Amino acid sequence: MNTASMLHPLLALLLAPLLPGVINRTKAFFAGRRGPPLLQTYFDLWKLFRKGAVYSRTTTWIFRAGPIVNFACLLAALMVLPLGRVAAPLSFAGDLVLLAYLLGLGRFFTVAAALDTGSSFEGMGASREVQFAVFAEPALLVGLAALARHAQALSLTPIYAGLSSASWSVSFPMLALLGMGLFILFLSENCRIPVDDPNTHLELTMIHEVMVLDHGSVDFGFVQWGSSLKLWILGALWTGLMPPGATGRPLLDLAAGVAWMLVLAVATGIAESIMARVRLLRVPQLLVGAGVLCALGLLLTFR
Amino acid sequence: MNNAIDSILIFLVLTDLILLGSSRLKNAIRFVALQGLALGLLPMLAHSQGVVWHAVLLGAGSALLKGFVFPSLMNRALRETNANREIEPFVGYISSLLIGVGVLALSFWSGARLSLPWEAASLLLVPAGLFTVWTGLFLIVARRKAITQVLGYIAMENGIFTLGMVLVEAMPLLVELGVLLDIFVAVFVMGIIVFHINREFDHIDSDQLAALKEGPP
Repeated sequence: MNTASMLHPLLALLLAPLLPGVINRTKAFFAGRRGPPLLQTYFDLWKLFRKGAVYSRTTTWIFRAGPIVNFACLLAALMVLPLGRVAAPLSFAGDLVLLAYLLGLGRFFTVAAALDTGSSFEGMGASREVQFAVFAEPALLVGLAALARHAQALSLTPIYAGLSSASWSVSFPMLALLGMGLFILFLSENCRIPVDDPNTHLELTMIHEVMVLDHGSVDFGFVQWGSSLKLWILGALWTGLMPPGATGRPLLDLAAGVAWMLVLAVATGIAESIMARVRLLRVPQLLVGAGVLCALGLLLTFR
Repeated sequence: MNNAIDSILIFLVLTDLILLGSSRLKNAIRFVALQGLALGLLPMLAHSQGVVWHAVLLGAGSALLKGFVFPSLMNRALRETNANREIEPFVGYISSLLIGVGVLALSFWSGARLSLPWEAASLLLVPAGLFTVWTGLFLIVARRKAITQVLGYIAMENGIFTLGMVLVEAMPLLVELGVLLDIFVAVFVMGIIVFHINREFDHIDSDQLAALKEGPP
């Protein structure tokens, strides 16, 4: 462990709200608009954190716990998450399963808080979120299993530390399949366009936005910050696949990781600009497709 | 070299999965054509002695036939029948995909157990070939439209071609050319049959052909 790996969680907390800004600017560029400022999410967070909270009398502590627990889960996930070749602060055998379950626990509390409001509208969003999670979570675990088998390690830090430009030339097909699968998962888990449209508040399309409609002020601030953090965490799983290998200088590795993260944000913006949202009934098919890509990657490691 | 073969074979597997999961006939035709084009490169890469003229000829011939001639025949049939997509397949698309993954695992399992007379150019060769054959068979069984069944037939031939790459050193050119000719004639005949079924019954749903009987005199 070194300064870079201590720096990464802090950097993730600070820089994560930049990602939605980059995505929105890319989309605006494609649409020929100027778009919101890059730092818009920071302004939103600043505004929300200064507001007082109002809670409905029908809600219980579960509703208040939702955003906090979700945020806490994501923070804990950051602790075991390496960014490219930068080691995570904590690393032990099996931490990849912990990461998947922390994301699952965060999702569970978001869903429970949405159900706690008693609004049928939010119940609909919760149902959709869980339905798609049924397809997304196995795909994520299979993808992580493929990486673990490829690196012969059960912890995220050694898994990603072993990847480099050389491993791309040796096992190009497997890494390319995993890259595609994890990118689809990244888009779907963060409710980006082929699955959900983050711009609209139309009941037909909403998944994540609809679940957090009743949260306000500080709680909503944590929801927004949490969704940027989730963008960062799932993004790190993807960017870690990319070259270059470890340079030997931790700070340089950290810079490379952050640069790849920005590239990923731009790629997401491009994907959102050139693709249409798929019909809700076809989303499971897309996610099964992502799972198939990951499973094929896993099969390739058995040779 | 080996990576190039592997990439082609993985492309083959992925297009098989797309065929299992997509309902648009036009896309399906395009992907089968792409399969044919990609497979055209395989004989050259699989041959251990570098570029051999009969391997090049074989690849070029099959790419020409499967990449250009078949798709244009199929597109013609599609235009004349006004069928755009498979409406209600016997097996749904998501379950087809899941069955596909299961069959893929099965073909990897059985591919590892087959003992081959020669060392295959790539360890993926046999599993990918078996999977493509089974995908073709599955499409023939599980889809309604006659055009998809023809596509399944071509996909099956692609699989057989891939399996044939194991024997590329030993297989005479004439055998493979004979197979290609058979397929060509079959697709040609099927194109005509599809056209006639459509003209006679206004659709190409092959399952309804079972209900065919003579009307009362």
